[in-house]
Formats: sequence, C-alpha cells, structure tokens
Amino acid sequence: MLEWIALLIVITILTSAVAVLTIRNMVGAVAAVSVVGLGVSVLFVLMHAPDVAMTEAAVGAGLSGVVLALGLRKLGLWRLEDDKGTSHPLVPTSRREDNTDA
Amino acid sequence: MRNLAALLFTGGLSFLLLVIVSQLNLGETPMIVGQRMLNEAGAEVGAANIVTSVLLAYRAFDTLGELSVLFAAATTAGLVLGHRRSDAVPDPDGGFILRAGADLLFPLLLVVGFYIIIYGHLTPGGGFQGGVILAAAFFVGVLGRPGTSLDHGVIIFIEGFAGASFIGVGLWALFAEGQFLKPMLETGTVGDLVSAGTLPLLSLALGLKVGSELAGLLTALSDTEAGEP
Amino acid sequence: MIQLDFVTILYVGGIGLLAIGAAGLVICNNFFRILLALVVAEAGVNLLLVLVGYRGNAAAPILGFGPQGAQMVDPIPQVLVLTAIVIGVGVQALAISVLVRTYRSYGTLDVRELKARFEVDLAAEMGIESTPGSEAPAA
Repeated sequence: MLEWIALLIVITILTSAVAVLTIRNMVGAVAAVSVVGLGVSVLFVLMHAPDVAMTEAAVGAGLSGVVLALGLRKLGLWRLEDDKGTSHPLVPTSRREDNTDA
Repeated sequence: MRNLAALLFTGGLSFLLLVIVSQLNLGETPMIVGQRMLNEAGAEVGAANIVTSVLLAYRAFDTLGELSVLFAAATTAGLVLGHRRSDAVPDPDGGFILRAGADLLFPLLLVVGFYIIIYGHLTPGGGFQGGVILAAAFFVGVLGRPGTSLDHGVIIFIEGFAGASFIGVGLWALFAEGQFLKPMLETGTVGDLVSAGTLPLLSLALGLKVGSELAGLLTALSDTEAGEP
Repeated sequence: MIQLDFVTILYVGGIGLLAIGAAGLVICNNFFRILLALVVAEAGVNLLLVLVGYRGNAAAPILGFGPQGAQMVDPIPQVLVLTAIVIGVGVQALAISVLVRTYRSYGTLDVRELKARFEVDLAAEMGIESTPGSEAPAA
C-alpha cells in the first residue's frame, strides 16, 4: 500500500522537475520548484523523519518560494499572461478598468 | 551539440549512480554511531526528541557552524543588495483583503512559531522550524502593506542578542564543566516541559536568531531597487 | 521486471532529481533557471541522504511515541539534512542578490551574452586587449 503512494509522489516530483526546465513562464517554474519541495516533504514523512519533513515543508515549499518570487519581482520577470496572449507586468502603468489578472 | 553532450553526460551519471546505489542494501543500515545515540540519549540528555538532542547536545558545535554560515549569507546578501531604493515606481496598494489577512495571520503565526520552538525537545520541531515560522510571521506584515519595511535596528539587536546568548551558554558550560556547549542544569524526567537541562534555552536562542536573520534578509530583498521590467 | 519495493522507488526518485538538476545546470541559458535547477538538485540530494538512514519497519526517533522498544531509524543523517536544508535557503538568497546586481548592471540574464560582455569588461579593466576566443559559441 505504501509503495503505491510513494510511486505516485515520485512520479509527480519527477514530472515537476522536468517542468521546471521546460515551462517558459518564470512564475510557473517557481511554482514547480515549490511542488518538488512539497513532494519531497511528504516522502520524508513516509520515511519516518518528522523533523526533516517539517523543515523541508517550511523552508522548501514556503520560504524558498517567497525568496525566489521576490527575486523574480526585482528582476522584472514577473509576468502573468492572459488569454489574449499579451503579457502585462505587475506594476500598472495606467489604471485598468477591467481586472484580468488573477 | 552542447545539449546533446549534456544529456549524454546526465544519462551516464544517473546510470552509474543507479548501479552503485543498487549494490548497497539500503533497507537495513549498520547503525553504529546511531544505535549508541538511540540507546543513551534518553538517559544522558533527557530530551524526548532524539534529533534535537543530537543537534543541540552531541553536535552543538556543528549547529554553531551552521549559524555562522547563515549569518555570513544573510549579511552578504544585505550588503550586495544595497539600501532603500530611490523614488522609483511605487508599489500598488495591497487592498483591504491583504491588510486584513496579514493582520489576522500575524498573531497565529507568532503563537505557532513559539510553540514549536519551546516544545522542540518533546515533539518534532525545534529551533530552525520555529525560527522560519517566526520570520514568516514578521514578513507577512511587510507583504500586506507594500512600501513599508521592518525596523532594521530592532532586527539586528535581536539577532545579535540571540547569537551572543547561544555562545554565552556555551562559555558558561566551558567555565563550569570544562567542555564548550555541554548541556548543563539537571536532566529531569523525559517528557516534561522543563527537562533536558539547557536545551530549551539553546532552542530559544537558535529560533530567535534564525527568525530575525531571515526576516531581515527578506526585508532587504523586498526593499532593494528593482530592475526595469 | 525490477521489484517495486519502497526503497527502490525512493532512490530512483532521488537520483532522478539529481540528474534532472545537473542537466538543467548545463543546458539552461537563462541564469534564473540555472538557479532553479540547483534548488531541484539540492532537494534530490537531501532525499538520498535521509534514505541512507532508513530502516524498514522502524519508528520515528522520538521517545514516548509509538510502540516502545521498537527499532528506530537512524537519527544522524536527519540531523545532517536539517542543517543542509537551512543552509540551502541561505545560498539561494545570496544567489538571488547576486543575480539582481548583475541584472542591474548589465540588463540581461542570458548566459552567452553575459559571458561575452564579461570578457570584454575584464580585459578593459586589466588593460589588455580582448581577442575573441578560438572556440565559437555553441549554436
């Protein structure tokens, strides 16, 4: 029973790791890194290591994501694409009436 | 061409590692040092969490080294990033939801962080985990109100005081018993809150230092001047 | 086929993460993605380290919980990985700050362009002439 859960999580982790290198949008790549950290934290729980799991969940899936996202913001790479294909940066240059970004 | 060479290298490396790791029998480990620690940690140190007792009693010097590495990284990052930005494009206002959410989350995160630090020698937890949650608690306020920042003087004071008290406890053990960072004060019964000697004090110093350091680092990162988009 | 027990799945996952991270370090052209590949490789290494101390049918290393007298997993690799995870986030923060400074000075994050401009700037700083290298940049 435990092997199937571990297999599912390992497949998720490897797919997310490939997605880090493949996704063109930088925000998606940072989200994939957080998914890898969260999956590794669940694997630590399955290996009977609760201290390490708590640290990896707090740091790898939490703080590391915040540090990388802040770095993205300062590097000007934080872009969210809407379905029209045009990307708009997070700092608005003019008042927008329709809020299309999430 | 370069990509193909890189993929071949990665394939060969992973094949080599898989062959090597499959020869070790990973299911049963010959725990020589670990078995001694498991057998004697309850009587010698008195903490129920054996990982914390190894981290803060048997290998406390390595924890001090890790604090130095974290301090060097945070200080260098703050130095490289530079000071407050000029009056460039100001951040958009967070709105009511962000402000209310940040104000609601701050006391909850504070309580959870201190709980994990203080009960670190009984349940899974300890200085690092609680310190990270404390850093998040203080940074959530900055995230909710873009444009403000934490007071750098207070952060530096807390960090310095916590680091100095960690070394101070170690020096007290050196002068009293002859070994740097040996756990002092009586052991108590395993499972009580007041047990395991000076371990809760060291946990508290560790948690405060890590928390204030990471909060200062995040503030420096969010304060610096942005590049052009 | 290969038998599917718990330890095999985990070490395949750990080595896979390490290999994908190492491939990303070599292949990627954007500096930020190189940093993300480094983070993925660090997660894989931590997984492998904790796996070394795993013992089947054992309990977590905490006294007072679980069945008493049962065997426990090895606590020593867990202590090492605890330290390694926290140092990893410090290294990531430092790398982000260096990236921000580089972007502020040069305006780009492409590895090949930065390499060419570094050579020109370093040669100008040292006062020697810069000649383009004999190996052409990879296509």
